[in-house]
Amino acid sequence: MTELRGVGIGRGVAQGPVIRMAEPLPAPENIPSTVGADAERTRAREAVAAVAADLQKRAEAAGGAAQEVLEAQAMIAEDPTLQDEVDSRIDDGATAEWAVHDAFAGFRATLEAVGGYLGERAADLDDIAQRVLAELRGVSAPGVPDPGHPFILVARDLAPADTALLNLDQVLALVTTDGGPTSHTAILARAKGIVAIVGAVEAAGLEDGTTVIVDAAASTVTSDPSVEQLERAALRAAARDAAESAPPTPGSLADGTDIALLANLGKPADAEDAVARGAEGVGLFRTEFLFLSSAQAPTVAEQRKSYSELLAAFPGKKVVVRMLDAGADKPLAFLNDAHEENPALGMRGLRSLRASEDILREQLTALAEADAETSADLWVMAPMVATVEETKYFTALAREYGIKTAGVMVEIPASALLADRVLAHTDFASIGTNDLTQYTMAADRMLGSVASFQDPWHPAVLRLVGEVGAAGARTGKPVGICGEAAADPLLAVVLVGLGATSLSMAPAALSDVRLALSERTLDEAKRLAEVALAADDATSARNAVAEAATDLPSHQKETTS
Amino acid sequence: MTAVSRTVRIGSSHGLHARPAKLFAQAAKDSGIPVTIAKDSGKPVNAASILGIIALALDHGDYVTLSADGEGAEGVLDTLTELITTDHDQESAG
Repeated sequence: MTELRGVGIGRGVAQGPVIRMAEPLPAPENIPSTVGADAERTRAREAVAAVAADLQKRAEAAGGAAQEVLEAQAMIAEDPTLQDEVDSRIDDGATAEWAVHDAFAGFRATLEAVGGYLGERAADLDDIAQRVLAELRGVSAPGVPDPGHPFILVARDLAPADTALLNLDQVLALVTTDGGPTSHTAILARAKGIVAIVGAVEAAGLEDGTTVIVDAAASTVTSDPSVEQLERAALRAAARDAAESAPPTPGSLADGTDIALLANLGKPADAEDAVARGAEGVGLFRTEFLFLSSAQAPTVAEQRKSYSELLAAFPGKKVVVRMLDAGADKPLAFLNDAHEENPALGMRGLRSLRASEDILREQLTALAEADAETSADLWVMAPMVATVEETKYFTALAREYGIKTAGVMVEIPASALLADRVLAHTDFASIGTNDLTQYTMAADRMLGSVASFQDPWHPAVLRLVGEVGAAGARTGKPVGICGEAAADPLLAVVLVGLGATSLSMAPAALSDVRLALSERTLDEAKRLAEVALAADDATSARNAVAEAATDLPSHQKETTS
Repeated sequence: MTAVSRTVRIGSSHGLHARPAKLFAQAAKDSGIPVTIAKDSGKPVNAASILGIIALALDHGDYVTLSADGEGAEGVLDTLTELITTDHDQESAG
């Protein structure tokens, strides 16, 4: 057997024979037209119109998110600027083929020069150019093969037109050699729940008909696998299907250690879905929704009504409410309207609440009243706490209103490094991994050009999480995670290994994380955490942990068969 | 009929990329009159050209100047301004 690596999308595993996607058409040669400019222009126009009509038809057939993407492609095919570029090349004596090829290449270079999000859209342009060229040459457009049996599709990078047309009954998995976790292939694979690995460079060497195992959880493609490996993959696929449909159980590790799985919620109405997906409570309730649409703060009575509605959905269960987190990406006029050069480093979170303490006091009043009306276990926490002094301030204020459990969010490296001192003065810590990553890497979350720094797998971020986890263990205080990181099943195991005692995430992520935790013991999670901490960067941490995880024994529960 | 212009700020939190760019170019095309869009004091490009717009790489907060020439130019600019200042990504923002 041989194994190659890429970036896995989701947690699925699949096996089957490889079918490669047709290689792109060779680029046309720049030879002078023999039929004249008028004829070439007509050929180009007709080919473009036919491709646009075809894309439009596919758009209508696809529906949903794919429809939008395909409609945009149809518009690109008929783009007037592009038409001008094609025409000017034809006027200079080029063939329609060369004019189309060269004009698209020009725009592609422009997009690639911009980089980031737009750079990854460059493949879309190639796809449209290929379709127009195929039309001009009278050959069939390169596209998704249809061998008449289930297969694993291996391609360079899938264009939206291809992914939208995938017949899910036939396509067992997707493997691409190009494209990253934000490529269209990845986005659509997530949306449609297709097992996928992107950016697996060596997959270019896979041949048609080879049997492979595509393991998105481990980010590996295994060719010529052994019978045991095939059986194990089939078992895992079955276990995953069973876990998806089985009634959810509380989160726990393979050795029985409880790890509460909680939901991140933005409004009380989302509670029902979270409960249905087995959320054991709420790990992060964002209160901004109450404030964002108003010119002034809502009244205590208005707030109490919303909080009561939320708490009533979780009788006897833990509900962690975060105090208003305004500033930076969520400016609120009545709290902070001063212009700041660096809003992420300015008056936000607890800092701005403290400057308008009446709002903080009213929120605590409303929460205490809602708590008295319901039977949920209410915890409250302050956002963006940097110092021990702020911790003491907030905890004392919450106590003043009779709040039984008060804690702080650890999003700033300073409070992570001093976690033992912070936890000495409050009841719990909850780590917001998105902001913690932003502040650790000094990379603005809102800025696309530095998006590659925003990866919670970075060992520097994980070391800080480890500081908080260790401090929690020493002081006997709970340490939760409530950022995107907790929704990544493999990273979730690492976070538990670093000392997290509960994980909170978007409800849709609960099922995969629940399964991932059930497969590992606490000792194994700690070992995987060590592996991540020893890495040089985010990518190698992710890869090293994925590899180490595959070497660990399986703890598949007998009850899943 | 004279040409009219207006300078507005991009409201979409991810800038004027794929989806918002498509909505905008579609609206410009449907208006039936020539409309251009220019970033700051840059060269105006055809507002009905999705590629032209994407190549401008407009980000949230950038200023653009819209110009339209023809029947109902004011109304066309009203519609386009509304599109460009709306946050199309707001519904999906986490």
